[in-house]
Amino acid sequence: MSDTRRLVKGNEALAVGALHGGCDCFFGYPITPQNEVPELLSGLMPAHGRVFLQAESEVASINMIYGAAAAGKRAMSSSSSPGISLMMEGLSYIAGAELPCVLINVMRGGPGLGNIAASQSDYFQATKGGGHGDYRCICLAPWNVQEMYEFTRIAFDLADRYRVPVFVLADAVLGSMMEPADIPEQPPPVQPIEKPWATTGLNGRSKHNIVNSLYLEPEVLSDHNEKLQACYRKITAAEQRFDTRLTEDAEYLLVAYGICARVAYSAAKLARAKGIRVGLFRPVTCWPYPSEALRNLMSRTQGTLVFELSAGQMLEDARLAAPGDHPVAFFGKMGGVLPTPAQVADEIRKFVEGLHG
Amino acid sequence: MAETLTNADVECVFERPHALIDRPHHYCPGCSHGVYHRLVAEMLDEFGLTDHTVGICPVGCSVLAYDYFAVDMIEASHGRAPAVATGVKRALPDAFVFTYQGDGDLASIGMSETVHAAARGENITVFFVNNGIYGMTGGQMAPTTLPGQKTTTSPKGREVAVMGHPIDMCKLLQSLPGVAFLARVPLSAPKHLKTARKYMRKAVQAQLERKGFAMVEVLAACPVQWRMEPMAALRHVDENVTKVFPPGVFVDRLSAGSDDPSAAGGGDGGVTRTETERQ
Repeated sequence: MSDTRRLVKGNEALAVGALHGGCDCFFGYPITPQNEVPELLSGLMPAHGRVFLQAESEVASINMIYGAAAAGKRAMSSSSSPGISLMMEGLSYIAGAELPCVLINVMRGGPGLGNIAASQSDYFQATKGGGHGDYRCICLAPWNVQEMYEFTRIAFDLADRYRVPVFVLADAVLGSMMEPADIPEQPPPVQPIEKPWATTGLNGRSKHNIVNSLYLEPEVLSDHNEKLQACYRKITAAEQRFDTRLTEDAEYLLVAYGICARVAYSAAKLARAKGIRVGLFRPVTCWPYPSEALRNLMSRTQGTLVFELSAGQMLEDARLAAPGDHPVAFFGKMGGVLPTPAQVADEIRKFVEGLHG
Repeated sequence: MAETLTNADVECVFERPHALIDRPHHYCPGCSHGVYHRLVAEMLDEFGLTDHTVGICPVGCSVLAYDYFAVDMIEASHGRAPAVATGVKRALPDAFVFTYQGDGDLASIGMSETVHAAARGENITVFFVNNGIYGMTGGQMAPTTLPGQKTTTSPKGREVAVMGHPIDMCKLLQSLPGVAFLARVPLSAPKHLKTARKYMRKAVQAQLERKGFAMVEVLAACPVQWRMEPMAALRHVDENVTKVFPPGVFVDRLSAGSDDPSAAGGGDGGVTRTETERQ
């Protein structure tokens, strides 16, 4: 057993992941269920000579990020669903101006004020752009506390490499749960990426840098959009991540991400005990969606059940990945209701019976 | 062919500030933006700031200002320049950070960002252009539109019982201890430019000395959207706008003894040291 292994709360792992990922500036506004993130960083960041500032609103947070990212720094915020909605205009500007940043969404129930229980109903917002205009954000979906730490840490490298916003898409359960995780005292050193485009002041540079998303001429804005899309294609080709469990001999597939994948994994084992050979496919990047890997698995199995804490959002990406004749069914719960593994196993049984009925 | 003069033969007494790029502006004839741009650029030159300045121009008539200033520039969304400036300044504490904002931007959609940046005492310099109207979008009513003033969304004139009163940003921000310097000046005549420069120097100095938030509000003319001849628009600033928005110094924590409210009162009750009183 590693000597770095200890009991860690999900939100704490997010905060330490930010610190170890080289976050220079954190801006945020209180919202449940992620408050431990700013609370911890309010001490950790200044102690490491970095910036922590509680903003007057999420609208201000995202624009402070815009400024700090334009200045070439690693900037982030953490929030939960309604707060993330408030950031959408600013996020669109960040994407349009090709700025890197990291946003954590510890998702809660919606729409509206909803509640503070776990939900996955912000999937569309995180993976399809969210704000106005054609843009995408890389979207990492952890399923345990270890990944809450790892994904937040690596999110900064991904953001800087592609100059795009990166989401860490968690939920109220992942944020609040405690479990063992390996978190080193001394993280691997951060490899800074050159940012010759940053607005830092000329400092002897002959040409002034401009951070901007305004292109009044349609042809010029069209070219700018083509450039963004080329970047998204590069990300789609290089950054699809996924995890599979019990799929080698699987006849059926469960597709789930985040906390649902934890429940689904237990459900798959229960189903197998009753003779149903089901495997788990877990998208780790919700965008870019690991379509090719999923399609390959689907083509080797008889049917797929998608399980989410939503009305069926990731379901659409799973259906797009599916070969034409592959049956894809859905089981979802909303409002913070988290089904038990036994309930999901029962849904698997009903799905399989339906296929052969 | 006549003999041409070379630079060596003449003494240069007036030139374009180095911080202002030699490029035609898109502003309408008679607009005050050109003058204010020049004054901002003069400050950058005078204080030797061009090499470590980051300017922020949000949505509004001056959104394209990034094409005019020869320093690193950020275009910001409507109203959010003080938050963007906060991000830059916190990230780069040694940079000189300024915003250049209109009244719809600063006093309406960006009110929260303005007030909170001032409350935090952010070491940023805000160059505020108040022309009492949304110029770029076609002349709609602004938070600073005068009572009775006709706009495209108050065609019968601003009726305060329905549309509320104009907001005096200098008065509103005056109560905040984070504010280091706060002043208002009309840009309606050459004689006022000297005062404007004096205030702007203070607003730059406040940031360089890390004293807190500094803002200079200029009362600007918008002849096109006011539907006025340029000269009439300037007279309107002098005769009408200054009555609602009295010029003067509202906060000055740079001068000795300036914490005394009677020395930097501003606003009402004859406390404001108006420009005309000083002339």
